[in-house]
Amino acid sequence: MPTVTEILDTMDYGPSPESADIANAWLDDHERRFGHFIGGERVKGEGHFDSINPATGQVIARIAQASPELVDRAVKAADAALAPWRALGGHGRARHLYALARALQKHARVFAVLETLDNGKPIRETRDVDVPLAVRHFYHHAGWAQLLDDEMPGHVPLGVVGQIVPWNFPLLMLAWKIAPALACGNTVVFKPAEQTSLTALLFAVICQEVGLPPGVVNIITGDGAVGEAITAHSGIAKIAFTGSTEVGRAIRKATAGSGKRLGLELGGKSPFIVFADADLDAAVEGLVDSIFFNQGQVCCAGSRLLVHEGTAERLVAKLKRRMGKIRVGDPMDKSTDMGSLVDRTQWLRVKGFVDRARDEGAQVFQACADPGAPDAGQGCHFAPTLVTGVDTASEIVREEVFGPVLTVQTFRTPAEAVELANNTRFGLAACVWSESIGLALEVAPRLKAGVVWVNTANQFDAACGFGGYRESGFGREGGREGLREYLKVAPSVAKAAATRAAKPEHRVVVAAIGESTHVGAKIDRTPKLYIGGKQTRPDGGYSRAIWAGKRLLGVVPEGNRKDIRNAVEAARGASAWERQTAHGRAQVLYYLAENLSAQSERLAACLAPVTGKARAQREVALSIERLFSAAAWCDKFEGAVHQPPMHGVAMALHEAMGVVGVIATDHAPLLGLVSLIAPAIAMGNRVVAVPSAAMPLVSAELHALLDTSDVPAGVVNLVTGPTDALADVLASHADVDALWWRGASAAQAGRVEALSVSNLKRTWIDTSSIDWFTASSALGRDALGQAVQVKNVWVPYGV
Amino acid sequence: MNPAEHRLNPGTALDLARIRSLRVNQPAVARRVAALNASRGVKKNHQAAWLVRAIQCIDLTTLAGDDTPGRVRRLCAKARMPLRSDLQAALGLSGLQTGAVCVYHEMLPEAVCALHGSGIPVAVVSTGFPAGLTPMETRLREIELSVAAGAREIDIVISRRHVLTQDWQALYDEVCAFRRACGEAHLKTILATGELQTLENVSRASWVCMMAGADFIKTSTGKEGVNATLDVSLVMVRAIRDWAEETGYVVGYKPAGGISSAKLALQYLALMKEELGNEWLVPERFRFGASSLLTDLERQLEHHVTGHYSAAWRHALP
Repeated sequence: MPTVTEILDTMDYGPSPESADIANAWLDDHERRFGHFIGGERVKGEGHFDSINPATGQVIARIAQASPELVDRAVKAADAALAPWRALGGHGRARHLYALARALQKHARVFAVLETLDNGKPIRETRDVDVPLAVRHFYHHAGWAQLLDDEMPGHVPLGVVGQIVPWNFPLLMLAWKIAPALACGNTVVFKPAEQTSLTALLFAVICQEVGLPPGVVNIITGDGAVGEAITAHSGIAKIAFTGSTEVGRAIRKATAGSGKRLGLELGGKSPFIVFADADLDAAVEGLVDSIFFNQGQVCCAGSRLLVHEGTAERLVAKLKRRMGKIRVGDPMDKSTDMGSLVDRTQWLRVKGFVDRARDEGAQVFQACADPGAPDAGQGCHFAPTLVTGVDTASEIVREEVFGPVLTVQTFRTPAEAVELANNTRFGLAACVWSESIGLALEVAPRLKAGVVWVNTANQFDAACGFGGYRESGFGREGGREGLREYLKVAPSVAKAAATRAAKPEHRVVVAAIGESTHVGAKIDRTPKLYIGGKQTRPDGGYSRAIWAGKRLLGVVPEGNRKDIRNAVEAARGASAWERQTAHGRAQVLYYLAENLSAQSERLAACLAPVTGKARAQREVALSIERLFSAAAWCDKFEGAVHQPPMHGVAMALHEAMGVVGVIATDHAPLLGLVSLIAPAIAMGNRVVAVPSAAMPLVSAELHALLDTSDVPAGVVNLVTGPTDALADVLASHADVDALWWRGASAAQAGRVEALSVSNLKRTWIDTSSIDWFTASSALGRDALGQAVQVKNVWVPYGV
Repeated sequence: MNPAEHRLNPGTALDLARIRSLRVNQPAVARRVAALNASRGVKKNHQAAWLVRAIQCIDLTTLAGDDTPGRVRRLCAKARMPLRSDLQAALGLSGLQTGAVCVYHEMLPEAVCALHGSGIPVAVVSTGFPAGLTPMETRLREIELSVAAGAREIDIVISRRHVLTQDWQALYDEVCAFRRACGEAHLKTILATGELQTLENVSRASWVCMMAGADFIKTSTGKEGVNATLDVSLVMVRAIRDWAEETGYVVGYKPAGGISSAKLALQYLALMKEELGNEWLVPERFRFGASSLLTDLERQLEHHVTGHYSAAWRHALP
């Protein structure tokens, strides 16, 4: 050690090591060889593999690989625990969650140290971020368990939930997954990432310590094969996954049509926008928090710096200077800012991105010497890296690196900043830096991201939902919106018996044929498609005849994929509807109801041949009511203002999904269509609807109504035709944000859910028969919840 | 020879556009300070060295109505021997001194006399300290008298009203006048940040003072409701950094008031190191305005040497 006088010359910090003794003692107690945790008991494992401390390259433990039989055993244990856990009630579960929070807090330091040993992230982060946030999550959800009956009436837990998490925040992701699932009365089969299983195994110990009922939490370890087995297991009601977009896609495909609920928290390529009037030093620190936090291995890392062109030079100079102050090294040292990447594979992946960028002609800046390849004992350290001379087409700008690598692009105007920010298939998070509140709050809603931080970065709290738009996944974790992911409407309400109407026959006719007796009596009406506010002929030039027995009811155009394409374009173009005031949208919906009422006899007459007169009249009357309901909700289904533990607010805004594809079913051809379109457009979405295949004639009647009710062109588009074919086009269309099909067959659900992976669109598909005549199942907070995605805008303040 | 040539910061013309462009985000400042405190630590020999450096950077201060020559003599003796000689020896040091002694004008002759031959400069608070609301004529005369009586550093107070009314020209003119009156003595400008309230005011006032030729910018008189804080310090040292980068001129920093623990002193040193670099970890560029801080530094150093916790009475009263 240098002497005091020597240090007075260098003024170095010197080493500040955290002790690993307690964590090592725990590992030794288990002979550094672990099994699984099933039904409240430690279960011996097999197929052990090494768990490596990436900062040193040393093997610190041996982790078991769960077999499919073991997965089955875990699911059965969770299933057996389900009924008593649910019967415990909100307060009973709250006590357990509270106990877990307290126990985690009591053992906070050993969790932090173990996490650092296992993952390579700095002790300062595990100590000050990961563990406290995990504790907070359990406290917060103890509260939700307590309040559940009052706050979520009519909802029940889903059942056994399979939860699969990545290696970047092992314990924190465990908390994010397990706390809400348990609060809602579910039981879980949890799998940590194979690189970082240790804190989950330690968590199993505190589950025993606090006397959590056996089987409520089951923890099984292993690689992706275990995840696949969980995903495939028929006893699983929901898969909650956090990880890469590729694996998320595979899970979406694997669960398609299974009826399993799905929550996906996937990748990101989040923009970090700095305007000219920002506090640049603050923005530089924000960048450090954003892209160098956790070695950049953060799904919401602000990896794309977008800076005003006139400000770029100054900001980049400041950033380069600041990067020189980042301490890369031993993660167990309390003065280390960046530790090790999680493993050699990840190191090589990050290196590959940077090398290819350099080959493409980009300039690569690293303030400290590249620590070099992670040879044995060297650690997988990667220097903080700044890449300039790149543009929108560069691989490093488009793809998620998942490492400490920041790219820089410039913009001229706020509009261009937004355009560049949204020029990505991801949509997890974004940062906006400006001292002008008007500018920041104008830009925040325009960003396609589930979280927007204004003048701050990477803030998380249990009360504020977290989750993405677009290919960053769907579902939210945290807050009320996160709770909904682990609940469903109580079946007694949802599964009201549906009486099906007689099904008319239909077939495509090759040419107009005069078989019908009643058509010639009046002037021929030619129903068309309704796209972009215009009645248009189908692209294919075919029509479909609708028959009731031997009676020809009418002929509707046969839409095809190009008609869907055109309709989606029209819907995308009608984005002004989203920015229309809620009051304005309500006015349009009321007007639509008014005009429907005026035309009710005509519509009932149109439906009557298929449904019978009384039912037809009821259908029309209820459709009017649904429109009223949706109009009423427009300015009432609002977001929330959170007050997370900081000086400031987080505004949970309800934003429209965007373009919603709607497939109507044959049951209640008008009411079923209106019940879906109304809440969708009430919340600002634009709809491309495929009317009931069996009874599409109502569609033609709606055209005129939409025209006369001031519904802007493109907000509602109606394309009649073959349901399956058109649904497939909507499901695979990358510019459709959500797909609703309530009452699909299992085969249909499986097909479109699999196709929806194209852009990981949010699907609302159920195979249970919906009775559109029962209001509670048709329209309410659950339907409106599908029509919006929650964006949390964090705004700290102070002078 | 122009006295300005001795200085590191000759100042510039007032650039109002630059002043008005300064923006400070308070929550981000607070977050940075909290992160810094949690992420930099010094242990063992490193901690000892840093504590020693803190001693070297103290402007050992007494600014009370009951100051007497005897009181000032004791303070000056402490400035010459701020750490027990046995502890100095154990650390491999000798001849340790504080950065300066800071007193009122009336105590100046006693301090100059007591520090004679030590090389320790005497700093004098001036210009109607602490409120700065006496006539300009007498404020300038105060400076002249102190310089004539041997003060090598003049700690002036700015007119807070110029900041609160955003009259940057008036502030600039005032500090320029003080600067001229200082001659070869160093000019330290006290912003009284607790009264400026907003961090943007602090940033802008710092810049105006540097444009007017301040050698040091200093937070507080020690008499305001809120004195030096790490948040305010972050804003001021960032101003110093940008000033140095944009003009090439060096300005020192002096937080004063409310810094009484060794732990807090180490946080200040880490702040300087991170935001400005090692060049600013020297008494020529960094001072603590403090007195009771010294006792805690001594106690911690004794703990380092002996391994046992110390007590205040074991160290000479400043």
